[in-house]
Amino acid sequence: MDRLSYSPTELLICTAARLMEDRTTAFIGTGVPMLAAALAQRMHAPNLIPVFEFGGTGAILKRLPRAVGESRTFYRAIAASGICDIIETAQRGFIEYGFLGGAQIDPYGNLNSTVIGGTHDRPSVRLPGSGGGNDVGSHCWRTIILMQHEKRRFVQKVDFVTTPGYLTGPGAREAAGLPPGTGPYRVVTSLAVLGFHPETKRMMLLRLQPGVTVEQVKESTGFELLIAEHLEENEPPTAEELRILREEVDPERLYI
Amino acid sequence: MRVLESGMGELLQPYSMVEFREWNFTQKPKGFQDKRMTEQEAIARFVHDGDYVGTELYGTVRCPMSLAREIVRQGKKNLRAVGQGVLELDLWVAAGLISAMDITYHGLEIHGVSSVLRRAAESGRLKLVEWSNGAIAWRMKAAAMGVPFLPIKSMLGTDTFRYSAAKVAECPFTGEKVCLVPALVLDVGLIHVHRADCYGNAQIDGISGFAFEMARASKRLIISAEEIVDTEEIRRYPDRTIIPYYLVDAVVHAPFGSHPGEMAYLYERDEQHMREFLEASRTEEGMQEYLHTYVYGVRNHEEYLDRIGRDRLAELRRAVLGR
Repeated sequence: MDRLSYSPTELLICTAARLMEDRTTAFIGTGVPMLAAALAQRMHAPNLIPVFEFGGTGAILKRLPRAVGESRTFYRAIAASGICDIIETAQRGFIEYGFLGGAQIDPYGNLNSTVIGGTHDRPSVRLPGSGGGNDVGSHCWRTIILMQHEKRRFVQKVDFVTTPGYLTGPGAREAAGLPPGTGPYRVVTSLAVLGFHPETKRMMLLRLQPGVTVEQVKESTGFELLIAEHLEENEPPTAEELRILREEVDPERLYI
Repeated sequence: MRVLESGMGELLQPYSMVEFREWNFTQKPKGFQDKRMTEQEAIARFVHDGDYVGTELYGTVRCPMSLAREIVRQGKKNLRAVGQGVLELDLWVAAGLISAMDITYHGLEIHGVSSVLRRAAESGRLKLVEWSNGAIAWRMKAAAMGVPFLPIKSMLGTDTFRYSAAKVAECPFTGEKVCLVPALVLDVGLIHVHRADCYGNAQIDGISGFAFEMARASKRLIISAEEIVDTEEIRRYPDRTIIPYYLVDAVVHAPFGSHPGEMAYLYERDEQHMREFLEASRTEEGMQEYLHTYVYGVRNHEEYLDRIGRDRLAELRRAVLGR
């Protein structure tokens, strides 16, 4: 059988979509999470409730949103409210999953999307800032982080903690006053799926993407990774997933 | 209440809830008066140099872009701003109107980081105080509630907190740590809506972002509306009124007021113009040229729409997703 060809972004989207469960609420940010949610809705999770920070709840993701407040985020939705309602819903513990991205991540899943290099007042690179990222990472039960897997992004220490992961390690979230039982759950990249060790809260390699070796993952990570005892390989995207993604989810090719 | 930690960011808009009460009691227009005026008049009368200004929602979605451009045209100086900024903040920062900003997100979503913000922040020209989206919205909610702060559970443990003007305190009831965010009382709020009557009763279709909170947190409020309707229309569907007239100081009729952004159920965003803007904004010269073409080079919103082209605008109406 021919191997299907797909891009790293398509692989990332398909892997993230498989993590989205039916009958759950998922806080969706701009970019890959939107595509993953749209794909999951059409595959295994018709009852997935996508939640967008400016007020869209339970949209049918017919056309791909390009921004988290667009009318595409509340097309045939069950509710169109406002930002306070949505973030308060997360704050009172209702929302299972939060999907996030970032420019840098550290071993505890802390994310930076604010500044790189220099000082805060005079950075080498100024990024957009928290947006809803900090809120999602603070309140959702399980955050799933979607990243490009590069050494300069997977760093020992992020230049700025925009969004809390496990902060400095076990117990640190709770000590800071963040809700107990919350935190990063998975990191999905085009090389691997990673999780966090239940005791040390350090990032751990759980699964490899098709054809990727442990060495490749290590080489693309700027800190020491824990490796799960039994490493499995993800199934590659299916023809059906790729067809839906290309023909129905993003026919305008905004992302893929 | 014991304060455990303080963010080192500056409180850009010091406030007094006693004064805000006084303002709401004495300065807000309670009589039914026709407040319709042009962008020029509204900005000239209600936005002053040095003001703290906010826009809602953000640059590509139901944003008061005709008002934002008029502020640039009139060259208001030394403004401080808050917003979930995309284009509107890019315009203001590029035109050199902003000295400091309560920032939560200033970028271009799928199109990535803002070149304008990068130039201003990386050269140290722009003072930035960090917040999360929730924190900013709740700061306005506190002002809307008439209380000086709100306890929230965002920002704890992060640099976002350390570079904010928030505080961490021990909850006097449960003992848990809470982040306290100060009320945000804006000098001027700018909100674009689907319809309003001449008095300022305003309705929004679709998500309401933080319009409810910002309208109630603003000392002066300018509404721009796609459509001016008869008050009878408002009275027929009062449940849809998010902003009642007594919060409003000026009403501006601005069809396509969100362009190049979108307006739910009315028109799509102008992706072609967005790309033109992105390309232009990559360099300081390109950005200044953009401002000359689309802001300084037109006298008002009507002329701006002519420059965009009526055919294009009609296309954007046809492309709308519908219900």
